[in-house]
Amino acid sequence: MSDGDELLTLAGLHVEIGERTIVSGLDLSVQAGRITALVGESGSGKSISAMSTIGLQPPGARVAGSARLRGDELVGRSAGDLRRIRARRVGTVFQEPGRSLSPVMTVSAVFRDVLAVREDLRGRERVRERTAELLAAVGLPDPGRTAGSYPHELSGGELQRVIIALALAGDPELLIADEPTTALDVTVQRGILELLRRIVAEREVGVLLITHDMGVVGEIADTVVVLKDGAVREAGTLRQVLTDPQDTYTRELLTAVPRLEESVAARAQIVPPEVPEGAPPAVRVEGLSVEYRRRGASHRALDDVSLEIAPGHIHGLVGESGSGKSTWGKAIAGLVPVTAGTVELDGVDPSARGRAERRRTYARLGMVFQDPASSLNPRRTIGWSIAEPLHLAGHAPRGGTEARVREALELVQLPGSYASRLPHELSGGQRQRVSIARALIHGPSLLIADEPTSALDVTIQAHVIDVLREAIAGAELACLFISHDLAVVGSLADHVTVLRQGRVVEQGPTARVLGDPRQEYTRNLLASVPDPERRLHEDDPAPA
Amino acid sequence: MSLALQRIARSLGVLVVVLTLTYAIFYLTPVDPALRMCGKPCSPEDLEAARGFMGFDTPWWNQLGTFFLGIVAGRTYGSAEAAVQCAAPCLGYSFQYHQDVTGLLAERFPITLSIALGAIVLQSVLGIGAGMLAARRPGSLLDRVVTALSVVSASAPAFVVGLLAVVVVSLRLGWLPSGGYEPFLDGPVEWARHLILPWTTLAFIYGGIYARLVRSSMIEQLGLDYARTARAAGLPERRIDRYALRNLAVPLVTLIALDVGALLAGAVITERIFGLPGLGALLLDATSTADLPVIVGATFLGSLLIVLANLSADLLRPVLDKRLADGGRRRRHDSTPSAPTPQETAS
Repeated sequence: MSDGDELLTLAGLHVEIGERTIVSGLDLSVQAGRITALVGESGSGKSISAMSTIGLQPPGARVAGSARLRGDELVGRSAGDLRRIRARRVGTVFQEPGRSLSPVMTVSAVFRDVLAVREDLRGRERVRERTAELLAAVGLPDPGRTAGSYPHELSGGELQRVIIALALAGDPELLIADEPTTALDVTVQRGILELLRRIVAEREVGVLLITHDMGVVGEIADTVVVLKDGAVREAGTLRQVLTDPQDTYTRELLTAVPRLEESVAARAQIVPPEVPEGAPPAVRVEGLSVEYRRRGASHRALDDVSLEIAPGHIHGLVGESGSGKSTWGKAIAGLVPVTAGTVELDGVDPSARGRAERRRTYARLGMVFQDPASSLNPRRTIGWSIAEPLHLAGHAPRGGTEARVREALELVQLPGSYASRLPHELSGGQRQRVSIARALIHGPSLLIADEPTSALDVTIQAHVIDVLREAIAGAELACLFISHDLAVVGSLADHVTVLRQGRVVEQGPTARVLGDPRQEYTRNLLASVPDPERRLHEDDPAPA
Repeated sequence: MSLALQRIARSLGVLVVVLTLTYAIFYLTPVDPALRMCGKPCSPEDLEAARGFMGFDTPWWNQLGTFFLGIVAGRTYGSAEAAVQCAAPCLGYSFQYHQDVTGLLAERFPITLSIALGAIVLQSVLGIGAGMLAARRPGSLLDRVVTALSVVSASAPAFVVGLLAVVVVSLRLGWLPSGGYEPFLDGPVEWARHLILPWTTLAFIYGGIYARLVRSSMIEQLGLDYARTARAAGLPERRIDRYALRNLAVPLVTLIALDVGALLAGAVITERIFGLPGLGALLLDATSTADLPVIVGATFLGSLLIVLANLSADLLRPVLDKRLADGGRRRRHDSTPSAPTPQETAS
């Protein structure tokens, strides 16, 4: 395939909803056999741009400008025309494969309908054969089993391959992939990215990749367009954008991406605070097992795991989905029943104590969860939410809370005036800082942070991590930092535990575990982390 | 499978409890059935004899046992020449109708069944159809008409709708008979002509709930990720509507089962308005004449039908949604590290 074979050309694409301009003048082109990445953070208008070209803009949106698919203008076409174009010429892959298929239909039933529309294929036997062919083409080892399955019987990675197979039905010219790997584990993500790269090479389709992740861009894109607030900030080849970004926002985006090697190296320079002699660890977990029972069958979420965190230290807990890392955090907080083993907080085992003392012990915990939008009461002021732990713990000096809320807000670098605001008046990153302030206000000795930055954009994530690091250092408390993101853990934690299917794979100082992993699994996990610049170091930057 | 058995056992338990509680009305009402039968003047000896004949001369637990036994094996009232046979399944004997309760119920049941089946078909088709049409374009004229109608229907009492229908369609326009029942076997056309008004009345009253449920759930379903995937694949909206409806099967089956049960147990007011001698009318009559055995029998049959309808919904749900059959089992996890397939290594 020669360069310059224009497949999709957007020129001055404009999208408005009501009075608001969502996208203003987007220019972009996708070549056959190439991947163009449209990069931006949440709210940048990247998904709406792509969806508007194929008639899937939200109701009430007005689309103007030009979008040509091999010369055919798409803007202004009738809904019926656009549906036929989607059916015949475009394949689409979305985020969240778990929700992308109807939960009450088998995979084969979906293929039957899709093949009828996209390939005019009918007849049980022919549909079955073509389904198997497509499923095999996306690397699913047992197409027969997959076709007979319901979505809940398949893993996230398998489901995303099924979605890609659906998108490939009808041999489309263009593939739109909207955050195709965002909801997946890194090792699974690597497989999907390899698959996309292979499809592009074999089928000569052009891909419009929508993503927020510079790592993903670096792994597979050829051309990059950076979008912010609906406007293009930078466009160019991958090499240009990565090595010589012209725009300040692009540079900000690139520096915000946590780099594993750098962060581990930087982390190694930081000496964790001295642990005072004889002081008990903030938390000690020994031989902990947690079992869930469902209809007779039992599932071991955690199997004989142990850890110890000294005051002032941050312990990173990494693992993929289903590894049991969140269960571990909940078990420490007494939120799930423990099957075996002990948990001690400041040398006290709360489960062995009476009700009053158990409450007092658990009051020494602070927790921060993933989604800041749903963990704050939308009808209460920020100040009320932050002060809540004080009221619950029963030692709320009337009138004194106001000063302490202010202090807590300062700790997370928010102005004290925010106390009177409501959650919806704050951005996602600010809300997460409020959650941290709430977790710290009563002076806990252990902070459990479960994926506190996973729902945030990279530039905001970087800031929240800085805030968290300083707040912890200032308060001299211990922290259990639970995350799937190795780079984030590498930049923050003193010690790391790698968890897999409820068992500890590797445990030790961060620099050792992530810098010089002893276990195959850890090495594999580290190798799967997408690196924006990996392909730049290769001799031939273009994919084969 | 064991889950199905569990459900069936639970339904049986419910029936026994309902029957026991219903039977208690013999002891809770001031009515003495024996006194009614004894005649006037009623001497203490006659009353005692009547008691014995009707089986009220033994302790309550013995009576309850005899009652349950009668359902399984039948029973005999009185003895010798005056004996009255009540064949299994014997739900008691009405000394007012001079007929066993089972026979009374069996006479009335076809009428109630006719009303219920027609009404349920009509109300599901109309309600679900209207809801789907309204959901296609929320805010459109059609949507507003459907929404308004469903509010009216949900708040209109049966006697108002039924009486209006009789007055306008039968008395004013003379299009349909105003009441009465013609057996199906005597001619399906007359049978249907007599039932059209009760069917529409019931369908109008219950259908609004369907329309509202389907409308709001369809709008929600059509905004979900799977609908977007289907739309992006180029499937026509009609097909995506069917996907959404398929996802509503579980709540709809639950709702329909409740209504089927309620309608089979007897549409009391509707039967009265249209002069249909079904189970509802029987229950109403028995209540006004304090015919306790009939009340107990009709209540029992009603609860049996409601329990059966709900049981079938329970058994159907896991078939309609495989996730329920798997007991919310967790999604398979990606086996890591993912072994590259041969093709991937080759490329």
